[in-house]
Amino acid sequence: MKHQQRIADQPWLRRLLITLAVAAIGVLLVVPLMAIFAQAFSAGAGVFWDNLTDEYTLHAIGLTLLVAGLTVPLNLVFGTFLAWLVTRFDFPGRKLLITLIDIPFAVSPVVAGLLYLLLYGSNGWLGSWLMDQDIQLMFAWPGIVMVTVFITCPFVARELIPLMQQQGASEEEAAITLGANGWQMFRRVTLPNIQWALLYGVVLTNARAVGEFGAVAVVSGNIRGETNTLPLHVELLYQDYNLVGAFTSASLLAGMALITLLLKTLLEWRQHKVTH
Amino acid sequence: MSFISKTLGRPLAAAGLAITLGSGQALAETNLLNSSYDIARELFASYNELFVDHWQETTGETVEIRQSHGGSSRQAQAIIQGLRADVVTYNQVTDVNILHERGGLLPEDWQSRFPNASSPYYSTMAFLVRKDNPKGISNWDDLTREDVDLVMPNPKTSGNARYTYLAALGYAQQTWGEDQDAIDTFMKSLLGRVAVFDTGGRGATNSFVERNIGDALLTFESEIQGIIAAFPDREFEIVVPEVSFLAEFPVAVVEDYAERNGNLELANAYLEHLYSKEAQRLLAGFNYRVYDDEIRAEFSDRFPELQLLGIQEIAGSWENAMETHFASGGKLDQLQRR
Repeated sequence: MKHQQRIADQPWLRRLLITLAVAAIGVLLVVPLMAIFAQAFSAGAGVFWDNLTDEYTLHAIGLTLLVAGLTVPLNLVFGTFLAWLVTRFDFPGRKLLITLIDIPFAVSPVVAGLLYLLLYGSNGWLGSWLMDQDIQLMFAWPGIVMVTVFITCPFVARELIPLMQQQGASEEEAAITLGANGWQMFRRVTLPNIQWALLYGVVLTNARAVGEFGAVAVVSGNIRGETNTLPLHVELLYQDYNLVGAFTSASLLAGMALITLLLKTLLEWRQHKVTH
Repeated sequence: MSFISKTLGRPLAAAGLAITLGSGQALAETNLLNSSYDIARELFASYNELFVDHWQETTGETVEIRQSHGGSSRQAQAIIQGLRADVVTYNQVTDVNILHERGGLLPEDWQSRFPNASSPYYSTMAFLVRKDNPKGISNWDDLTREDVDLVMPNPKTSGNARYTYLAALGYAQQTWGEDQDAIDTFMKSLLGRVAVFDTGGRGATNSFVERNIGDALLTFESEIQGIIAAFPDREFEIVVPEVSFLAEFPVAVVEDYAERNGNLELANAYLEHLYSKEAQRLLAGFNYRVYDDEIRAEFSDRFPELQLLGIQEIAGSWENAMETHFASGGKLDQLQRR
């Protein structure tokens, strides 16, 4: 209390601190973000549009959406199962499993990409067999999806586990006692309880799936118009001295990030309202 | 033979196709994958148009050329790991060699498959200086002066820089002959003048052009011509020394994969056509030196005469050069030690 008063006594200090904080946010966050859009439009809206509708840019957008579109549902189901498993059942190795979920967070994305190459590349353990079957996983879009699923798999589970632990199993047990089958219990009891956390996990998964660079770069093979995702496309255009093009694609990613943040804030607010 | 249908799962492939509408030609009947180095994008975009027309005229077949670009050592690594490229078009002989050594994907004598040691075009190492050449740089010995700062990539990570190192070494060998001490002193003071060792060629270009570091940028003549054209208001100038290195741009068919893909004939034709007059003219237009006499005459003002030394004359072989000069504890490490 005393401490608060002392700061309140000196309005100039408070203003100074606020100004500094705002300036820091401005320099570190807002200005670079603005710069992306400024660069993208620096040659006029026409050039922006041409870059946006470039055949390879459109393909990169399509591929990125495909990757996110496959990754999110897969991890939604997987994450829910996993959270269910570790919060509703007690079994040997449960603690270990909870720790293992975090591996994709702990390893560098580049290492994650290399792991997959080691396994599925043509010199890898499974790779030579796949090669004989004429199945191409690495350096094609399935490989990109695989590493993206790996990188993003903890998000949903990590959101659900604390919540489900906190809620406990009593409501579900009550449902079963009252004669609900497994599916009814999940639909009527579990899902409504976890839906906001689940959505939040989905938003995070989606954001990472769209923006992932390191792991994807390793397994992509850089084939233009085929295995180039949006983040890779940005780098490629930048290397080509096509700054406006690079920033056009970057502005798309930034735009998606902003929408994600908006959704995230909205969901947090909803979740807060529901739980209190 | 569609690429995507070879990959996992029909429903997934259908979804993939539905969404990746961007490139309709991904469905072309015959296609060829060219794995190339990172700064050759525009070059091969133009050449591919040329070749597709040529192939259409001679065989009546429509073919699609797919391109993969990246640092050429990384590109070679991807091929060894299973990127099924039909042909490689690189800027390093060593990166093609590795496809034979590590992957057994092409024969050892790949350099004898096409003319000029399988190098349809070449370049050399030159200097980019600032407007009006204020430091009066004209040859290798000017680069060791106390008032001259240099920018080049790191020979440890960049082939571009290894070429510059070898070019300077070639000059020193010519000037001082058997006097190894004089050669070492020259190389040591040259490396001592480097203000920034960037990881790659484009990074060095950025240091010199965007960050305004140094008095001379040491890189490919082709890259220098490109920079001069890309930044006309900076009025950079090129200095081509009297002696420099013959930087080959090797091409090869990745026979193992091309055969699997059923593309052997097409892959050979694709690389052979690089030696045609129209392709040579196109390559010269992209600031690469070519072997065709007629095209050379057409572009003579762009490519001044100089003495070119190959790897055999300077270091015996690439293997030897890597071992003696660039390996850990090699000559380069010794020269950089103070």
